[in-house]
Amino acid sequence: MRDINEHTAGEDLIIKTSVRLMVPFIQVFGLYVIVHGHYSPGGGFQGGVILGASFILLALAFGMKASQEYMTVSVNAVFNNLGPAIFVGVGVLCTLFGGLFLDYSALDNLIPLGVVEWRSFGIFLVEVGVGVAVMSIMVLLYWNLSSGGAMDEGL
Amino acid sequence: MKNLALLATLVTGALLLYGTKDFPAWGDPRDPASTYLSPYYIEKAIEQTHVPNIVTAVLGDYRGYDTMFETVVIYCAGMAVLSVLWRKKEE
Repeated sequence: MRDINEHTAGEDLIIKTSVRLMVPFIQVFGLYVIVHGHYSPGGGFQGGVILGASFILLALAFGMKASQEYMTVSVNAVFNNLGPAIFVGVGVLCTLFGGLFLDYSALDNLIPLGVVEWRSFGIFLVEVGVGVAVMSIMVLLYWNLSSGGAMDEGL
Repeated sequence: MKNLALLATLVTGALLLYGTKDFPAWGDPRDPASTYLSPYYIEKAIEQTHVPNIVTAVLGDYRGYDTMFETVVIYCAGMAVLSVLWRKKEE
């Protein structure tokens, strides 16, 4: 990975420095919002949008190429499909272990943790799927719309 | 033709507004939603899911199907933009 300062797309030193300082905290906050959705306002959609916004901020300040060094186009494509697949996969797994679709308590037959605990953990698994999908698709939409589909350079 | 479209829009809008007359009042404690569904979630959510945030419990568990298709809607939006705009770079 090259040094982020080599990219010249964003010329302004103040913007580049402040974005470089902010992005790690934004990403930690996004992860916090996803995993803390059980106890506070938040969850997959909100946390995913925050994570996606951090990559869009990178693209705005350092150029689209720089943001694609942190999440390449192919990794982004994998995440696009992985998110909904996690959600649907958890639902299908529930049916395979003798429950209804998305009835997480059926997963107790797979790993016995307790029925109620599995409902709680199933919600978490599903929220992670939502977060992955929302994050990568936000970034995909930004890349495509700002570069007219070429996904190499734009805003 | 334009006037006809305007007339159709106005008539439909008026009918929809007329329909809202039969809605329960905003925040009415005796409307159907607050007499049997909301109390069930509020009383049973922690006991059944161990999730203190009832909104998350409803979204993730009771209405999991709805949330799944919300994700699919976002996925479809991404794929639609990709299929319309994406082009290979000219080498």
